[in-house]
Amino acid sequence: MRSSTTLFALAAAALAVFSVALGAQATVPTLPYDAVDFLRPPANMPIGEVAGVATNSKGHVFIYERSGTFNTTLGTARTFPHGASRLLEFDRDGKFVREIGRDVYAFAYAQSVKIDPQDNVWIVDQYSNMAVKFDPEGRVLMTFGRRPETSRIPNPPTAAAAAPAGGAPGRGGAGRGAGAAAPAARGGRGAVAGDSFNRPTDVAWDAAGNIFIADGFGNSRVLKMDKNGRFLKTFGTPGSEAGQFNMLASLATDAQGNLYVADKGNNRIQVFDNDGNFKKQFTNVGAPAAICISPGAHQYLYSSNSNDPDDLEHGEIYKMELDGAILGKFGTAGHMVREFGSVNSIDCRTENTLYVGELINWRVQKVMLKNQ
Amino acid sequence: MKQILRFAAVALAIVPWTMPSLAQRGQNIREIPYASVSDFLKLPPNVYMGEGIGVARDSRGHVYTYTRSGVTRLYEFDEKGVFVREISPGNYAFEMAHAVRVDPQDNVWIVDEGTNMVVKFNRDGRAALIIGRRPDPFDGLPTAATFAQNPNPPLPYRFDRPTDIAFDAAGNFFVADGYGNSRIAKYDKTGRFLKTTGSRGNGPGQLNTPHSIQTDAAGNVYVADRGNNRIQVYDNDLNLIRSITGIGSPWAVCITPAPHQYLYSSNSSPENNNSAQVATSGEIYKMELDGTVLGKFGKGGKMSGEFSTTHAMDCRVENELLIGEITSWRVQKVTLKPQSATGAGK
Repeated sequence: MRSSTTLFALAAAALAVFSVALGAQATVPTLPYDAVDFLRPPANMPIGEVAGVATNSKGHVFIYERSGTFNTTLGTARTFPHGASRLLEFDRDGKFVREIGRDVYAFAYAQSVKIDPQDNVWIVDQYSNMAVKFDPEGRVLMTFGRRPETSRIPNPPTAAAAAPAGGAPGRGGAGRGAGAAAPAARGGRGAVAGDSFNRPTDVAWDAAGNIFIADGFGNSRVLKMDKNGRFLKTFGTPGSEAGQFNMLASLATDAQGNLYVADKGNNRIQVFDNDGNFKKQFTNVGAPAAICISPGAHQYLYSSNSNDPDDLEHGEIYKMELDGAILGKFGTAGHMVREFGSVNSIDCRTENTLYVGELINWRVQKVMLKNQ
Repeated sequence: MKQILRFAAVALAIVPWTMPSLAQRGQNIREIPYASVSDFLKLPPNVYMGEGIGVARDSRGHVYTYTRSGVTRLYEFDEKGVFVREISPGNYAFEMAHAVRVDPQDNVWIVDEGTNMVVKFNRDGRAALIIGRRPDPFDGLPTAATFAQNPNPPLPYRFDRPTDIAFDAAGNFFVADGYGNSRIAKYDKTGRFLKTTGSRGNGPGQLNTPHSIQTDAAGNVYVADRGNNRIQVYDNDLNLIRSITGIGSPWAVCITPAPHQYLYSSNSSPENNNSAQVATSGEIYKMELDGTVLGKFGKGGKMSGEFSTTHAMDCRVENELLIGEITSWRVQKVTLKPQSATGAGK
């Protein structure tokens, strides 16, 4: 025990060169806030796990959610998956507007929705291994990755991967207990080269329109493409060193084009320049499952230390400066309004009005941070 | 303590001898006369019941059924059995129905053993509280190896084929969990885990398929320990108080409202609709809460007034039960007649 503590201290000291304010957690102020259960879908349209939430320039709210029955059908010597994830649009009052693209080929197991500066709607799907760009009317403009032709029922975790994970300090491993030591183990296919994905999780853009995709839970890397979808580069490998990843959960860019990566399994946010060079990391915000950066002259970074679906621990959301200085935090895990259940997505197009998508509570909360 | 030991000895002695002792006792139990309406629920054209897995009434007498149909569905009927609506079609938690119950505030709760989920619906039919989680497809199919890795005690918010739910006056709720785990878990009204009890086995407080659960007005918890042929009774903190035996294999239990509460328990026919098995089971017992048997009624069979693997009972009205059956795809409304000492009824 003692030797591992020492080892950890040494590692921490080594990281401190890049890290910001490791010991600052004790004095984090609590931000006052209110919240409402925001969405008002029709009675016969039950919302499932809200994996992604995003607003467009008109204040409309889009969600990409897991609902209905995820199933497989028997075909010629193979089974075929049928997803039940849906892309839904609501107006600024939470009133349902429309469903976009029912049964689109990429819709299987929702992970993320983002709206780019031109109000195009992008989804990232963890099971179909695809990202899709829709124009504001909902027509497909561009696709990334390819859905597997048939079901791939993942192998059960190996004994080593399923054992209580010791890989990640502070929390019980990445994700849902299994796979922290071997991020690709639950993906079923191992690493995929080039611009194919293995459980991608998120998308972001810089001012020039370059595209970053987090890939993700199966692979451990970020892909960069130009605005025409042409592959530029990839960076990152599995691990816990600088520039390595263990479950990339969420992406955000700032106005300078720096890329912020929620490296959930390593309990840190890593910051890269626009070419993917490691700049710094923030290690004092728990296990970040969802991050966002607000627009404007003074940008802020939000990060959710989401609870694992198997517990109601943690759950607080941090508000930070882009340099990692923590301004405050709010919220805790739970099922009630104002509490958070496995937050998987945050929209912060407006600095103090957040839309927070939750997995286990099947909802979006509109969170209003109050002026102090 | 002494009592518990004695109880343990009795329980152990009874287990191998359940069938003979049942037959013996059965002869001394009074038959309660009753009448049945087997087409109580009026289904519109093209709406079908599948297996009558869950049935419950709210304070207005509206009836909810959670049924295994082409897909699992939650239906609402009015107090006359007229179809009102389907609630939350395509809900992410609906896969393999197991129970529906209505809490004292008229919220409708479902328990789904195919998704390991418990969902509370408010009057508008919206999900208001969600406990448990449909497995992530990336967890893959369970295997013997992954079952062996199930943590013990089970994780607070992860069920393994849960079966039923009950509520106390404070709004706490108890989940019977279930086929995979063998435990009862208690949560507060906000859905926060409080405690768990039970492990697989046949000793006192152990469970072998806790299949149905109810509370009495004092907050005690009654668990149909189906595989052990007993109802185990716990206090509100889940300490074992007593065990009720001699009533066959309890598949479904319900408790009538205060002031004088009664306990019903069904010794349901095994679920394969097999005539040989149906012949020896299917009766429903009426008891005092202490387990004293007041009488029994019914037998296995497909006709009106017979029971085809009773899976759920509602007894919000003491002598007017709603009975959901697996293999006859229906809900029967059973009226117990003023009690006299004579005759089996129909």
